[in-house]
Amino acid sequence: MFWEQLLNGLTLGSSYALIALGYTMVYGIVQLINFAHGEVYMFGAFVGLFLVTAGFNIFVALLGAMAFCMLLGMLIERVAYRPLRGKSSRLSALISAIGVSIFLSTLMVLYRGPNTTRYPEVLGGSTFQLGSLQVSTLQIIILLIAALLMVVLELAIKKTRVGKAMRACSQDLEASKLMGVNVNRIISLTFAVGSALAAAGGVMVGIYYNAVWPYMGTMAGLKAFAAAVLGGIGSVPGAMIGGLTLGVLEIMGIAYLSSSYKDAIAFAILILVLIIRPQGLVGQKLSKKV
Amino acid sequence: MNILEMTRISQEFGGLRAVDTVSLSVLTGEILGIIGPNGAGKTTLFNIITGIYVPTEGELLFRERRIDGMAPHDIARLGIGRTFQNIRLFGKLSVLDNVRVGRFGVTHSGLWSCLLRLPAARREEKETELRAMELLELVDLVDKRYEYAENLAYGEQRRLEIARALALDPSLLLLDEPGAGMNTGEKEELMAFIRSIRDQLKLTIILVEHDMNLVMNICERITVLDYGRKIAEGTPAQVKNDERVIQSYLGSGA
Amino acid sequence: MFDAFLNQTIDAYYLRILIFIGINIILALGLNLITGVTGQLSMGHAGFMSLGAYTSAILSVQLEVPFALALLGGALVAAFFGFLIGIPTLRLEGDYLAMVTIGFAEIVRVFFLNFGPGGKAVGLSGIPQNTGFTVVWLLVLVVIVLNRQLLASRVGRSLYAIRENEIAAEACGVDTTRMKVLAFSVGSLLGGLGGGLYAHYMYYINPQDFGFMKSIELLNMVVLGGMGSIPGTIIGVVILTILPEMLRIVDEYRLLFYGALLVILMIFRPNGLLGDVRVYDIKKWWTQRGDRE
Repeated sequence: MFWEQLLNGLTLGSSYALIALGYTMVYGIVQLINFAHGEVYMFGAFVGLFLVTAGFNIFVALLGAMAFCMLLGMLIERVAYRPLRGKSSRLSALISAIGVSIFLSTLMVLYRGPNTTRYPEVLGGSTFQLGSLQVSTLQIIILLIAALLMVVLELAIKKTRVGKAMRACSQDLEASKLMGVNVNRIISLTFAVGSALAAAGGVMVGIYYNAVWPYMGTMAGLKAFAAAVLGGIGSVPGAMIGGLTLGVLEIMGIAYLSSSYKDAIAFAILILVLIIRPQGLVGQKLSKKV
Repeated sequence: MNILEMTRISQEFGGLRAVDTVSLSVLTGEILGIIGPNGAGKTTLFNIITGIYVPTEGELLFRERRIDGMAPHDIARLGIGRTFQNIRLFGKLSVLDNVRVGRFGVTHSGLWSCLLRLPAARREEKETELRAMELLELVDLVDKRYEYAENLAYGEQRRLEIARALALDPSLLLLDEPGAGMNTGEKEELMAFIRSIRDQLKLTIILVEHDMNLVMNICERITVLDYGRKIAEGTPAQVKNDERVIQSYLGSGA
Repeated sequence: MFDAFLNQTIDAYYLRILIFIGINIILALGLNLITGVTGQLSMGHAGFMSLGAYTSAILSVQLEVPFALALLGGALVAAFFGFLIGIPTLRLEGDYLAMVTIGFAEIVRVFFLNFGPGGKAVGLSGIPQNTGFTVVWLLVLVVIVLNRQLLASRVGRSLYAIRENEIAAEACGVDTTRMKVLAFSVGSLLGGLGGGLYAHYMYYINPQDFGFMKSIELLNMVVLGGMGSIPGTIIGVVILTILPEMLRIVDEYRLLFYGALLVILMIFRPNGLLGDVRVYDIKKWWTQRGDRE
């Protein structure tokens, strides 16, 4: 029983991790909490839904959603954030982000109505036995895809030139600019990558829980943010660890405590982290630039 | 008593030693200069003194009282004022209000007094305004007192920052590159100004500067930092001729 | 008595709008203090409104507490929770408050959905309708005056300073954490007060009344009118209370509009309609006009 719950938690947690990565990367580079990120995740789930309903298989749906959201994320950055970069206060950027978030979720409500739509059957309910565990094929696929994406991300950041540029920008944007890095492009890319990952998370959650609805982004976004903070905002491995941990804790909470307060778990964790260890599990004490 | 005593202060940032075992005594009433190449740790030192950073090692005494580890606002209230390398004004507040905020550390009206405009609060407001106007006269910004701080010219903004720092009635004033961006004439005025406020207001002044002419002319003593360590200290004449200083800093075209 | 007079002379519909404007002004001035003046983005103001509404309603309905005390109770509970979540969140640099308040408002909503004495999902009815035009606008007057006095004072200046440059504020001796928590608590108090007035006007409340949309509506009023400006906030309230009524806009389109409005305002006029305008600026503009002619 426990191991099954653990597996459930990790599955849920990998979707949180994928969304959290987007938050953390954007925060690391432009110090902005991208409120609209949750809505990008939601759009990803819907695009996946449309593709699957149209008859495509899960992998096409995944790639299609990721591509769409990549563009969506870059569009949002271009329209709502870039004009404010440098010249406006942080508060203005936050408010703009909230505006985008509301706009997008409402758009979807107007288009599809606020209710839940079911994903068509994608992989059947096939399960198999792993020792004494009942494991569903879907869970394994989700975990593998999520792991694959995260590994690819880690490698890309560590080994490629672009990845190095991204790291440089998140450490010191001004200095990177002076070093000849095309900062605008790197920022766009960061948004693109984060959005693609969130989209993947959205499709997988949609299939796994068999439900999508326009407001799924708000809650998931909040929880993923809590996960990012738990791991250490700005840290890529932190987002992964935080996401998985939060997923496990949430599932355990439902299983062993109560299910009506499941959403409160993420919030409680957020507050606890802020009280006890604001830099998160992996983060270092951030020093201010004065 | 020396107004400031720094004993073996170090500041580490995840493996990087920005300040490395620096000991420094600041004599009451002097004008001390801290110079060094970029990244030598000068502003970090200021941030340590004003409480923005907590030093990884060492002791800091202000008027024989331990202040390392104290919060910045408490240190400000003890009487240490500062200006910043990248000007930090309250842009959307008026010039007058900027200086008035500077008085926060020496005033006391709390929430209730202010909400209800109790007589004590009104009295304090009057005093605050009076003192702020005095300081604005000192820096010649009285005419612009209602302008938004962000609309001032660069030089005016620097003067405003100094006025705001003086509003704390400090005994120690830290000036971080006060002459940056000024022309020769303005720097002459600045030097005269620094001397006069030190004399009139009984201040001790520490300044970080890159302009050697300014430093040599106005500072009575100079401390030289490089890579976070103190490499020389003494009168301008002594420092100018110090081998190590010439090698690391002055020699590379000041 | 005055209320009775008004009930005769003014059409009930317009009276209702005027009362809502008054309640919204109190709510918005609270949010203005937190976000407009001190620069801390609070996205959960509706949560404090909810706490004030339910607390005062339960006090009135179940404990038969007199109106004034019920209102006070609601406001204090709201302030208390503001204080509680403000402390861990506001001592940190960074914009955690926004996310924390979103989560908090959601927790409050879920709590009242499950809270027996509040009627759970069905809501609470039978609240004595003690809120009238006089009560509301009297309180509005008091709140405006107190706000003005606060913002023109030493404390108020320090809050603006925190918004402008927190590090510089510290260097001036401002205990920024303490002041931020103070602003947040007072702002939440006003949120609770508005909630109490709302509950005692509507006769019936349920958790849906205090959802995310309400928080967004209030934020828009503050941002549109002018961050940190009292007259600005009032104008924002008036416009955004009347406009949806006039145009009979459906909820969803209203939200769409709010979202777009926020982005557009931030790009083109981040300080809102009146944020940059002071009496001094008006005088200056006037005299310069004279000079040009």
